[in-house]
Amino acid sequence: MMCNLSHPGLLLILAGCLIPLFKGHVRSAVILIVPLIALASAWSISLETSCSVSYLGFDLTVFQFDTLARLFITVFALTVFTGSLYCCIQARSMELAAAFIYAGGAMSVVLAGDLITLFIFWELMALASTLVIWSARTESSRRAGMRYIVVHLLGGVVLMAGIAAYVQQTGSIEFSLMQADSPATILILCGFLLNAGAPPLTAWLADAYPETSFSGMVFLSAFTTKTAVYVLLRGFPGTEILIVIGVFMIFYGIIYALLENDMRRILAYSIINQVGFMVTGIGIGTEMALNGAAAHAFTHIVYKALLLMSAGSVLYMTGKRKCTDLGGLVQSMPVTAVCGIIGALAISSFPLTSGFVSKSMITQSSIDQHILWVWLALQAASAGVFLHAGIKFPWFVFFQKDSGLRPDDPPWNMQLGMILFAFVCLFLGVFPDVLYAMLPYPVNYVPYTAAHTVTQLQLLLFSGLAFFVMLPLMKRTLTISLDFDWFYRKLGPQLFINMIQVLSDAKQFVLEELRVIRSTSGLFTQSLSNFSLAFNMSLVLLVFVICLIYLLL
Amino acid sequence: MKQNWFYRKSSIRKLWIGTYVVLALTVIAELFVHLHPHFKIEAIFAFHAWYGFLACVGMVVFAKLLGYLIKRRDDYYDV
Repeated sequence: MMCNLSHPGLLLILAGCLIPLFKGHVRSAVILIVPLIALASAWSISLETSCSVSYLGFDLTVFQFDTLARLFITVFALTVFTGSLYCCIQARSMELAAAFIYAGGAMSVVLAGDLITLFIFWELMALASTLVIWSARTESSRRAGMRYIVVHLLGGVVLMAGIAAYVQQTGSIEFSLMQADSPATILILCGFLLNAGAPPLTAWLADAYPETSFSGMVFLSAFTTKTAVYVLLRGFPGTEILIVIGVFMIFYGIIYALLENDMRRILAYSIINQVGFMVTGIGIGTEMALNGAAAHAFTHIVYKALLLMSAGSVLYMTGKRKCTDLGGLVQSMPVTAVCGIIGALAISSFPLTSGFVSKSMITQSSIDQHILWVWLALQAASAGVFLHAGIKFPWFVFFQKDSGLRPDDPPWNMQLGMILFAFVCLFLGVFPDVLYAMLPYPVNYVPYTAAHTVTQLQLLLFSGLAFFVMLPLMKRTLTISLDFDWFYRKLGPQLFINMIQVLSDAKQFVLEELRVIRSTSGLFTQSLSNFSLAFNMSLVLLVFVICLIYLLL
Repeated sequence: MKQNWFYRKSSIRKLWIGTYVVLALTVIAELFVHLHPHFKIEAIFAFHAWYGFLACVGMVVFAKLLGYLIKRRDDYYDV
């Protein structure tokens, strides 16, 4: 069957492929208009539309549309538009092209109705996002991108294994509600969770994202983790283990962000923290919780992009990213500072900002389900968000000691991008019904009650007090914190080096012995290099045999 | 050159006074608003204020202690 409708994901992918052909104003026009067309098509296609194509004997549902998909397409398109506006003059074409293909991949995952389509675009996202990282063209971004792609390909293999087993088991490729009770679905769940930044492989996010260019991280922050949230919302709502995983992610993000010195790495950890709220909501699984998780994904994409545009502007104008080098920038970058602070208030769920109207729904769902420990954890975490992102980021960058730096605000297009998203953060906070109307389930929730506003202000303002009381304990140091990536960045290579050392010692020993034998008996006439070759070959054979035995057992 | 408002001693004092006033107001407001606590613990006076404060102190102290264990120089992976 032919599909007679515009697919916003494929539109962006196509545009991404063409971007390198354009320059200057034409390029700017293309990257600003295309996301708007995607947005318009998302709102012109009627809900419950679907479309499938036949491929390799499978009926692939490349397009399946409903309220949840529309919500995510909307926020993805908005982010591509604003991100493009933010860097339309400054960014490299390669980065923009990669970002468009990446965003298009994310939209296509959202629209995918079957597991094969989902997997294809899932992997496309991994490849394109790696190109976004590499677009920074620094040695550190090259290495970080390499680690990033390896982790994501591993996740892809896990997902593929799960999908293959699932299709074999059920005979259906349809992506619908699943129960995490068979090896197949558990593997799929693990593949999804890896992209969400769940433990144990959490480190890829904070490792790679801060190595991107000033604008690259704005795109990266929006898509990978949020498509993971989306597929979890679709596939695994109410899976209880997600509550535990989500709460872990929430506190992991806070603690690591508190220890961090790099301003964009602080924000990277806080992505995991915020996705933790969504994962917890998905785990609770009631309509209120799922609405909350979806709404929080929407608001989070906006305020995190805003925070990263603010941090990106600082990086762009000063070339510095460490809190120890920054400070006092409010004096010369007022627009960047004010926009950054609005983003910080929104992520902290201050009343009148977007975070307040979305996160409260997740918290409310824990009350409705009478799960006291989750509620206490979420409340403590809300306080912690203000601590690690809400105050820490603006304080160390725009206030604290005067670093003596006096950079201007960034160029007009970068300012405009920030102002636009700052407006969206406040608009959704003041008019939450606009957001609520887009959610998958009917909303029966009023965020602005006197009680809720007062208790939230108490919680946040007293955590603010705690920040300044504990400030001496939070003096920034020139350090990083070890994470799970230590195993593949330090331990693994070290073990490899040790193994090579042992083998080369052994080889040296054998050759030495042979030399002694030859000189005493004259039995061996071959040249030493032949022995060396034979030794290497036998080592390879030995490893092969060990692997074979291992596999057979 | 005139010092920026945020960095003047007098304004820092004003900011602190303002902060204490606002903090006090949020607690006092509880007397005039009907909170409908769901969990028993919520019914304790100014629960959100002291819980938020203590949770943050706890997290900062925990992070500090964990830092002794996992913090490394920031060129750790480069050398």
